[in-house]
Amino acid sequence: MKKYRIATLFILVALLLVACGGQKASNVLNLYAWSEYVPQGLLDDFTAQTGIKVNYDTYSSNEELLAKLQAGASGYDLIIPSDYTVAIMIKQGMLEELDHSKIPNFVNIDNRFTNPDFDPGDKYTVPYQWGTTGLMYDKTKVPFEPTHWADLWDPAFANRLVALDDGREIIGVVLQTLGYDKNTVDQAQLEEAKQKLLELKPNIRLFDSDSPHTALLNGEAWAGITWNGDAALAFRENPDIVYICPQEGCGIWFDNLAIPKNAPHKDAALAFINYVLSPEASVMITEEFPYSSPNTAGLEYLKTYDAALYQSYMDFSGTNPSDDFLAHATPIRDVGDATTLYDRIWTEIKGEE
Amino acid sequence: MKTARVPDKTVRRFSLTKTLQESPVAQGLFLMGPTNTYLIVFMVIPLILVTVLSFLSRGTYGEVVYKFNLENYIRLFDTLYARILGYSLLVGFLTTLFSLVIGYPMAYYIARAPARQRSLLLFLILLPFWTNFIIRIYAWIMILRSEGFLNSFLQWAGIIHEPLNILYTPTAVLIGMVYEFLPFMVLPLYTSLEKIENAQLEAAADLGAPPWKAFLRVTLPLSVPGMIAGTILVFIPAMGMFVVPDLMGGAKTMLIGNVIRNQFLTARDWPFGAAASMLLMLLTMVFTLYYTRKAGFGEELLL
Amino acid sequence: MSEKKPALWLRIYTFLVYAYIYIPILILIIFSFNKQKLNIRWEGFTLQWYEKLFNDHQVLLATKNTLLIAVISTLVATVIGTMAALALQRYHFPGYAASETLMYIPIVIPEVVMGISLLAFFALIKFKLGLATITLSHIAFNIPFVTLVVRARLHGFDKSIEEASMDLGANELITFWRVTLPTIMPGVLSGAMLALTLSLDDYVITYFTAGPGSTTLPLRIFSMVRFTVTPEVNALSALWVAIVFVILLISEYAQRRRA
Repeated sequence: MKKYRIATLFILVALLLVACGGQKASNVLNLYAWSEYVPQGLLDDFTAQTGIKVNYDTYSSNEELLAKLQAGASGYDLIIPSDYTVAIMIKQGMLEELDHSKIPNFVNIDNRFTNPDFDPGDKYTVPYQWGTTGLMYDKTKVPFEPTHWADLWDPAFANRLVALDDGREIIGVVLQTLGYDKNTVDQAQLEEAKQKLLELKPNIRLFDSDSPHTALLNGEAWAGITWNGDAALAFRENPDIVYICPQEGCGIWFDNLAIPKNAPHKDAALAFINYVLSPEASVMITEEFPYSSPNTAGLEYLKTYDAALYQSYMDFSGTNPSDDFLAHATPIRDVGDATTLYDRIWTEIKGEE
Repeated sequence: MKTARVPDKTVRRFSLTKTLQESPVAQGLFLMGPTNTYLIVFMVIPLILVTVLSFLSRGTYGEVVYKFNLENYIRLFDTLYARILGYSLLVGFLTTLFSLVIGYPMAYYIARAPARQRSLLLFLILLPFWTNFIIRIYAWIMILRSEGFLNSFLQWAGIIHEPLNILYTPTAVLIGMVYEFLPFMVLPLYTSLEKIENAQLEAAADLGAPPWKAFLRVTLPLSVPGMIAGTILVFIPAMGMFVVPDLMGGAKTMLIGNVIRNQFLTARDWPFGAAASMLLMLLTMVFTLYYTRKAGFGEELLL
Repeated sequence: MSEKKPALWLRIYTFLVYAYIYIPILILIIFSFNKQKLNIRWEGFTLQWYEKLFNDHQVLLATKNTLLIAVISTLVATVIGTMAALALQRYHFPGYAASETLMYIPIVIPEVVMGISLLAFFALIKFKLGLATITLSHIAFNIPFVTLVVRARLHGFDKSIEEASMDLGANELITFWRVTLPTIMPGVLSGAMLALTLSLDDYVITYFTAGPGSTTLPLRIFSMVRFTVTPEVNALSALWVAIVFVILLISEYAQRRRA
């Protein structure tokens, strides 16, 4: 038995060493964001300019981020939550107020996106990227080109649709089809939406929030409800992919940089935010990721830096939606207590045999 | 085995090693000690948190409201959740059944293989699982989809003319689930089968039993502990699993695992999620304890 | 008397099952050389993903972390779990039923619940999240798996060899080390391998107990999925499998030389 005790002791000591041997340097920034959302080149450039090393940890949904922070995780300096998540975090006092004197580059932001309703006065957040949620289809495969969400209910689409695996988004689409507000809390309207969604279910081949465009590219689906970045990825591989905002309306979302309360390296975080807002950094992001940029200075710079990329950015509805598109786009908002109601409906939709 | 002890004339001091050597109870406690300590710290305390949580409520913004109530359990009392639970049980059951049927002959083969080869063969079963879970499933999607490898091959060979619709159906889910859980069934089965001495089988043969009878009367019963261990290791996680049904079944069904995950991550109704977890845990715990006791795990202690 | 060779159908069957297990792996290895990014069509041979892999610091760091956690948690869990298996299969002691029930908790508890409650627990005792917390959590869910497998092995264990050993004058410890352990070793090793496998691929629990800078491979890959999993991941898996395979071959060869 002695041998085991000694061995266990060694192992525990090793564990302790591992635990204590963590990052002690104060020249560190702990970034916690979606994967494939912040270019490595940007991080390297930031380190080169400021000497601050960046740890880039990842989550794969807003809800995971929320759950982890709410359960007590700490140590992160910078996060990138979406609009409705920001609203929830502000209400629960989870964010640090930003010292705008340290982020002069804030002026580069398009003033369509400043002072948003989920963060009045830009007290806690700075826009990072934004995008839309709409209808994507392969124009060579679909029986007819859809212009309305209602078109998807057509039996011609049987078992050929891919939809985001997201209750709020999909129920939202159905609500819009019925002419209601996608953030309604009216029980009667929601019940009606549920029935309508059940009618759509036979047309849905799969739900997928990870990579819906894959189903379009490999021929499993012909059309789908997805977000712009996903449609852009499909478009890159197959120019027959079209992305539109149907007449009944679509969705819009904003991702923002924010600092969690009690972040250990607040100054580094502010320096990083300011750096990201610079035109050079903004262009790096646009080059790598096909979302929409809220940075006007960045887009201006892109015109001369890479004219071809600027053109394709402007041409694709995913990255540069028209005013008409935007006029029809509504964001998802937190619905408070009605959240459990939406969850119940989604459970019933999926639990239906 | 106790030898007669002559009482010491000197003062009896308590000696740990002596107590350990002589008292089976002490030995048992010593061996069980580390596990119990570890699990009490890392499992029980979190478990208490979850239990308490299940009796609380969700606030407007998803925070926890500290008001003791039974709302969550009452909510669970609903045909919707009963149906979901039933479907999850079915998934678990089928996965276990197929894993057992497919895995048993394989475990048998490995157990009968020359001693040198056995570790290698076992290892070869596990090696693929050291790749990443997600890409393994993606590889299956590549195989099973309409324009995937299986369909292409079958059409090329002239066996079918229309692609088989396997992906995003329950069949695909079963294929994926069995794929992921096979090692968990094969390994325990192997450890049980490997123990069976050739001498016992030879004795049966000497007594005139044909091979199939020897198998049924000797091998099979002796491999029951392995089957039990395998069943526990497959059925319980399979019942709560939702990633494979989501990825290979198109996320068109709601299993109990989805419900629980949604409570914590989408609806942000942690108390309700905790209650659903308690229900699931209670069910599986009862199943496990009843099943293992009935089938004789730990029966040596009764001898 | 030599062991009878297993029936032909059994051999074919086993081969087919191995094929079932390995075909997806072969596919993902082949596609690690695919020019196209998307794992949909074959577009040509390339080594670019391997190159990208070696330059990807994040992934390399994650791999290192994953291995470290897996090895340590497996070692600890195997030792502790084997002890527990011995206790449960051979001894009566007060609290037996409770111990057994306690053992099954990590198996029956849903991962999300375990992850979140462990996180809350660590936050409560102000234990900083990092590699240590992940390892501690992995040990917790590994122990029951090891115990269960070793128990299956111990069931029906013939005690007479142990008694013989002690009759010959060996004490408990030596008996255990020289007699018992070698006999249950297949079970112990199986349990250890199972634990290692579980630890290498864990996502949910690791997600909640990881801290800044302590990312693991599953975490990175799972969150890459949104943007499409590039063949870089295939390359990583292919390399891993290849390395382990080579180690296996070397050890097989070494064993044969000795014999």
